[in-house]
Amino acid sequence: MFDASSNALTVSRSGFTAKSLGGGRRFALQGRKDTLEGVAKAFGLAEAPAMLQSASAGDCTLLRLAPQELFIIAGEAGLPEAVTTYLGTVPNSLVEVSERQVGWTLEGERLRDTLAALSPLDLRTKSFPVGTATRTLFGKADGMLWRTDENSFHLEVWRSFAPYMVAMMDAAALDASW
Amino acid sequence: MLLIRCPYCGERAEVEFSNGGEAHIDRPADPMSLSAEEWAQFLYMRDNPKGLIAERWRHAHGCNRFFNAIRDTRTDRFVVTYEIGQPRPDVTPEQAAEAAR
Repeated sequence: MFDASSNALTVSRSGFTAKSLGGGRRFALQGRKDTLEGVAKAFGLAEAPAMLQSASAGDCTLLRLAPQELFIIAGEAGLPEAVTTYLGTVPNSLVEVSERQVGWTLEGERLRDTLAALSPLDLRTKSFPVGTATRTLFGKADGMLWRTDENSFHLEVWRSFAPYMVAMMDAAALDASW
Repeated sequence: MLLIRCPYCGERAEVEFSNGGEAHIDRPADPMSLSAEEWAQFLYMRDNPKGLIAERWRHAHGCNRFFNAIRDTRTDRFVVTYEIGQPRPDVTPEQAAEAAR
């Protein structure tokens, strides 16, 4: 049950769980197309992920949230040296946003019903395949949703929205479980 | 709720977007050579058509990019959306009739 006085930012209902993500670092990188392609090469990838797609390289995941933007989910070590070295040579905007983001792993057989209460996005596998990532609205909060698996999503919001998101997901999961 | 086709993200709900006013208004290259009337024309004067209008829209809760759209002001139907920098596309009579429906 949701407890507003608790700091435990998790949801556990029958058919839906949201487990808090721990650790890791986050980077928002903006640059022109050539810069993003160069970064992908520095990560060891053949090319930057296409719009709304993702790619992983080592313990980093690159999410293409906009034509000019890569959102990078990294381990505690941060970005590889090859990447920071390359970014020192081209115009770009790289901002560490680790402290800004909180996230959850979403799972359960009522996952889609629960998310449907928060967002009108079509989340069927045929229109939102595994690996797709996008920013969108969940209720009134901006969030970033990434499908990591057929039956699991990775959701991140800005830190101050976390209690709101947990309360919304909890209410939606309760509705979906009936 | 309207669906709006972002040129980068595909069809999304209207709540993700914000309107940026009329499109294809170029800032004069040399403002100092303009009269006050001409400058006011650029700053303030906008068409207010009953029918098709080209507007800027921003996918504010998505990819955050501006793009242009042609919309019918009577029905709120979108005819076409296109990237910033492209010329205003031609609208066929069939498209215009569909938008006015």
